[in-house]
Amino acid sequence: MADTLALSPRVPRAAVNSGARLWVSSFVVAGRLVRKFVRTPQLIVFTAIQSALFLLMFRFAFGGAIGTGGSLSYVNFLVPGFITTTVLWSGMGAATGVAEDVEHGFIDRLRSLPIPRAAVLIGRSLADTALIVWGLAIAAAFGFAVGFRPHGSVTGALAAFGLCVVFGFAFEWIFIVIGLVGGTAQAAQQLGLMITTLVFLSSAYVPVKSMPAGVRQFSEFQPVSPMVDAVRGLVTGVRGQALLAHGTGYYVGLSLVWAAAIFVVFGLLAALRFARR
Amino acid sequence: MTPILEACGLMKRYGKIQALAGLDLVVKPGRVVALLGPNGAGKTTFVRAVATLLRPDAGTLHVDGIDALRKPAKVRQVVGLAGQFAAVEDAMTGRENLEMVGRLFGLTRKEAKAAAVGVLDLMQLSDDADRLVRTYSGGMRRRIDLGASLTGAPRLLLLDEPSAGLDPGSRIQLWDAIRGLVVTGTDILLTTQYLDEADRLASDIVIIDHGKVIAAGTPAELKTRAGDDVIEVHVRDAADLPAVSDVLAKLGHDPRVDVPTRRAYVPVDDGSSRLMDALRVLDSHGLTVEDVSMRRPTLDEVFLALTGKPAQSTDSPEQHADA
Repeated sequence: MADTLALSPRVPRAAVNSGARLWVSSFVVAGRLVRKFVRTPQLIVFTAIQSALFLLMFRFAFGGAIGTGGSLSYVNFLVPGFITTTVLWSGMGAATGVAEDVEHGFIDRLRSLPIPRAAVLIGRSLADTALIVWGLAIAAAFGFAVGFRPHGSVTGALAAFGLCVVFGFAFEWIFIVIGLVGGTAQAAQQLGLMITTLVFLSSAYVPVKSMPAGVRQFSEFQPVSPMVDAVRGLVTGVRGQALLAHGTGYYVGLSLVWAAAIFVVFGLLAALRFARR
Repeated sequence: MTPILEACGLMKRYGKIQALAGLDLVVKPGRVVALLGPNGAGKTTFVRAVATLLRPDAGTLHVDGIDALRKPAKVRQVVGLAGQFAAVEDAMTGRENLEMVGRLFGLTRKEAKAAAVGVLDLMQLSDDADRLVRTYSGGMRRRIDLGASLTGAPRLLLLDEPSAGLDPGSRIQLWDAIRGLVVTGTDILLTTQYLDEADRLASDIVIIDHGKVIAAGTPAELKTRAGDDVIEVHVRDAADLPAVSDVLAKLGHDPRVDVPTRRAYVPVDDGSSRLMDALRVLDSHGLTVEDVSMRRPTLDEVFLALTGKPAQSTDSPEQHADA
């Protein structure tokens, strides 16, 4: 390879490009996405504004008309749901982001490099999970600002935060799959929005008891409700727990099973879709 | 010497479209090869197969002696790809983009920094290295994209329509950058729809159409087969075309007539003196012409000369194919 030495004499050139290992390449891929987010202020500001408007709307416009069916105030009912479902709103960006990378050849560039292909997906999920943590922190701050006060232990609150991160990581894989199959960023965005139907048909903003039969069964069954209920049980104390049919532990367990199932199924789908050539 | 690229009977089908239909190609090391063909000829499909982004349905493919179907991961250690889109991160600087790809090629942080400096210099982007790529012009983006592949040491660099969508000025800068690589000895396979681009950059041109190689040779060889130049006569009255065609037949071979545009043209070998002859003979026959001109053959004419049929620009399978 004497000829390529001329390219950049300061760099020792290997006979072949060994390629980065799994973790190095995952972190390099994640580093790009985090930088992209941090350097695109519109992204940060708009997501924050959107999230704030949403909260204000439910807290002050619809809130008065929604009864919690117990002694828990609506703001204390709403905010845990709002914070939990933030992971879906933040995660949705992954669907468009992945679709854009497919469309603009970025994924091809990464796939042509001598790195484990899994690194492309792992890096993406790591970076987006970091962004979800950021989104959760903002959502929690907004929650306190509109009057939310937790009634549980500090450990409970931390556990709730941790659960949200786990849910975010799991849902991330759904959005990655949507991005990979979506074809275009617009299509991926539309598909991603459909997933957020789960947010409205859940216990996040209104008690499922107020829903008609059928819708109610669906709401109770689908993954977002146990996730919201687990978080609510952990941070609202006895008043919140009184609204739940089962103990908090039940919802924590069920939501973790859901998260694991989502991760396994969609992680596998993403890997299969990605490996196809 | 092991060929840098050896494809044999390569097939790839997307639904009804046969993107590769038994493509055979051997490229010796130390060459810059241009794959020339119309949209949908199978150029991008072939490049994607070499980059191990898609798996051919049939045939064999070896890159630098490595079986691309059995050991794609090994092939990725010796190729670099710059695709049709500039696959760079807008929100990072040129330098950061290069360092990122360098790291992925397996360089340490320090090596990646050094490689980026070398590549920035080679691509003449040192002055803009620390600006975000979103502030770059189209041509600069292409150069940084091309450069990213060079932070590793690819033995074979794949450039898919490197100058598509660039203005003439940027195109010339990009060509200079590519020619700079040739000096360093990197083997290059590039695709293009433009004969002049292939002519300026490549030591060999491979013409492909409908997923097959239909001709290959040096630019000089191919142009000799298509005629060096084309003399084109634009007549005022379409009725004169047969007579003009007869005149042109004596200057070159195989004149063609296009009635709707009232033009007749013929490939010739010694352009300028044949042009003088053409003017003299047309005048002596008393044929009134609007315009007589001499130009380089177009891709269509090369196709016509080589295949006897015009290049068909079918809907490009590679654009729709979802890989």
